[in-house]
Amino acid sequence: MRKLTTSMCAAGLLALIATAPASAATVDDVIAEGKAVYMGKSRGNCISCHQINDPDANLPGNQGPPMVAMAQRFPDKRLLRAQIWDASKTNPITIMPPLGKHWILSEEEIDAVVEYIYQF
Amino acid sequence: MRIIKNLTIGMSLIMGSQLVAAAGSGTTLDTVNPEADRMALRSYYQSRFPDSELSDYVNGIYAVDADSRSQWEELEEFPPYEFDVEEGERLFNTPFANGKGYADCFENGGIGIRQNFPYWNKEQGTVKTLEQEINECRENNGEAPLKWGKGAIAKVSAYMAWTSRGKVFDIKIPEGDKEALAAYLDGKEFFYTKRGQLNLSCSNCHLQGSNIRIRADLAGPALGHPSHFPVFRSKWGELGTLHRRYKGCHQDSRSKPLDMQSTTFRNLEFFQTYMSNGLVVNGPGSRK
Ligand code: HEC
Ligand code: HEC
Repeated sequence: MRKLTTSMCAAGLLALIATAPASAATVDDVIAEGKAVYMGKSRGNCISCHQINDPDANLPGNQGPPMVAMAQRFPDKRLLRAQIWDASKTNPITIMPPLGKHWILSEEEIDAVVEYIYQF
Repeated sequence: MRIIKNLTIGMSLIMGSQLVAAAGSGTTLDTVNPEADRMALRSYYQSRFPDSELSDYVNGIYAVDADSRSQWEELEEFPPYEFDVEEGERLFNTPFANGKGYADCFENGGIGIRQNFPYWNKEQGTVKTLEQEINECRENNGEAPLKWGKGAIAKVSAYMAWTSRGKVFDIKIPEGDKEALAAYLDGKEFFYTKRGQLNLSCSNCHLQGSNIRIRADLAGPALGHPSHFPVFRSKWGELGTLHRRYKGCHQDSRSKPLDMQSTTFRNLEFFQTYMSNGLVVNGPGSRK
């Protein structure tokens, strides 16, 4: 338990450091980055488990629900972000990796993928 | 990003109700009941895939997915492991420098015995696998051990499996032997525990995820996992042992994988093969 707490603090710290520099990225840049995170095997690899109605989504898996009606289903974007940051919080045995908690993605990458899926 | 090695080895066996049912009995030495676990796993699959015969689980994913099954049946018409079995037979029958051979190390001259592995060795206080005893046989006769995983060891093991096809797995946990039970429990725990950067357990993919797509891959059911090993895997383009597969799958959770034939992998094989009791040996097999 102590180890876990330490790791979570470390993740928080990392987030602080990472978000410090102001970024001048446009909305389009953020969405393009989010898409790259979604499709990238060594990044989010969301495509391996979630269908999404993007013509570039090739051979999606179906371990998780499809990314549809996101804005309606997640009026509070923070809840969507929290699901991606640590899916095991709501379901301890979920197959979905804790992308933020385990430093698989940076905080900006998570923000970007949230913006990307929020369009669908 | 960063590979978190031991930090994230979540030790708790937290499970949802359906999977608790699949995991069967308890998770402590006093509550664990291997036979109850085995029956629970079988009924989990029976209710999840009511159209699949239990005896067909030796065919892995092909027991539950009709599409990949037809491709596989074509593959099996000219089995890719055929030459390896022949080569394995030749290796098996080639005497060591001291004139002895593999046949001298095993019960029944090594023929038709695959279904008895792995087994609990009370004197040594450890689980013994077939590959492990193949190498011990060599070393006891002054030969260098073979590399685990692929090559000659997989071929010899494939030949020995071939001579045992159709025999029923019958892994025993001696009554009242707490050490043997602890080895089983260690394997069971390994199977259900989440680990690695991706926080995945074997059961995430092979129980919950059986026959559900991860991109274009379909993870097969856990029941019957060891029955057809060693396996000729198209992705490898060659034969590989069960522990080679364990290592690859362990790595897929972004963990630093254990060594082949390590105590825990042998305990995992003990657990998985006990789960497969009642199914037949059908190794070597072929897989995508
Ligand atoms: C290994 C499989 C896997 C990967 C990779 C994965 N997910 Fe998931 N995801 C799931 C599963 C399974 C669920 C269902 C919820 C549960 O298990 O508790 C889920 C749920 C979700 C949900 C909630 C959906 C809903 O309808 O409630 C969102 C949003 C989501 N995932 C987004 C993502 C994003 C974005 C990524 C990549 C950055 C990702 N997932 C990567 C398996 C995965
Ligand atoms: C990310 C998902 C994933 C995880 C985690 C995973 N596996 Fe696998 N495994 C697969 C896939 C996909 C295959 C290939 C399809 C198949 O044959 O089941 C496979 C194949 C196997 C096979 C060969 C099955 C056969 O019929 O030849 C064995 C044995 C196996 N896994 C055991 C394990 C064990 C033990 C663990 C835990 C250490 C584990 N797997 C973790 C996805 C996974």
